[in-house]
Amino acid sequence: MAQSARGIGSKRLVVGAHYGLTGFLGQRITSVVLTLWVLLLGSSVFFGPLTYETWAALFAPLWMKVLSLVALFSLLYHAWIGVRNIWMDYVTPVWARLSLQTITVLWLIACGVWSVQILWRV
Amino acid sequence: MTTFTATKRPRPQFRNLNFPLLLTYRLPLAGWVSIMHRISGAMLFLALPLLLWMLDLSLISELSFERLRGIASGFLVKLVLLFLIWGFFHHLIAGVRYLLLDLHIGIDLKSSRASAMAVYAVSLPLTLIAALRLFGAI
Repeated sequence: MAQSARGIGSKRLVVGAHYGLTGFLGQRITSVVLTLWVLLLGSSVFFGPLTYETWAALFAPLWMKVLSLVALFSLLYHAWIGVRNIWMDYVTPVWARLSLQTITVLWLIACGVWSVQILWRV
Repeated sequence: MTTFTATKRPRPQFRNLNFPLLLTYRLPLAGWVSIMHRISGAMLFLALPLLLWMLDLSLISELSFERLRGIASGFLVKLVLLFLIWGFFHHLIAGVRYLLLDLHIGIDLKSSRASAMAVYAVSLPLTLIAALRLFGAI
């Protein structure tokens, strides 16, 4: 198991799922949100010509911005669980796993901040 | 109340799978769906900045929209996009299958094999349609 080698709290799990059910449910709920958002985007793009006007108009209303941001944040949480599982399956040294997990989280937060700017610039 | 302390036994580890075996073992179809779900998910995660950048370009202005259209008209770019589209469709369709399995729908061997087949039967034609659309055939 992924535990620090010695010292205070040496039995404590440093990296891992911690609360498996939260992640499991979170990943599934966010997947439903993402599917619905993709269907919404896909259907509005598919029926009708795709020009800048129609595309930008789709993202113009506040509700669409909020919906898209919720979807993108769902994507980030979904990706976090998935990528974390990959690290947990293949990377065993605690230091390596913790570093990769840290990079993943920071990276995803950065993407989240960026998506706010992308959506609210329209 | 009695306290019970379990003696800590080493957990059994079964490392009977090595690299040469990985190459010769034949995965069942559901196994392929599973590993490709993971690979496509990792791929989409890595492509996230590219996708966000494309979303950004598509939304900033008419000028950047046309710039993106220009970039996406390159053959190699189209190939990369098609690869991502395949990954997306596989991940989406396989994901729906997992949601159904989580709801205990189709968990017997026969129907799970059929649904694994269905993942390919849906995601590959969708990718083909996207390819034809992307390369201007339809």
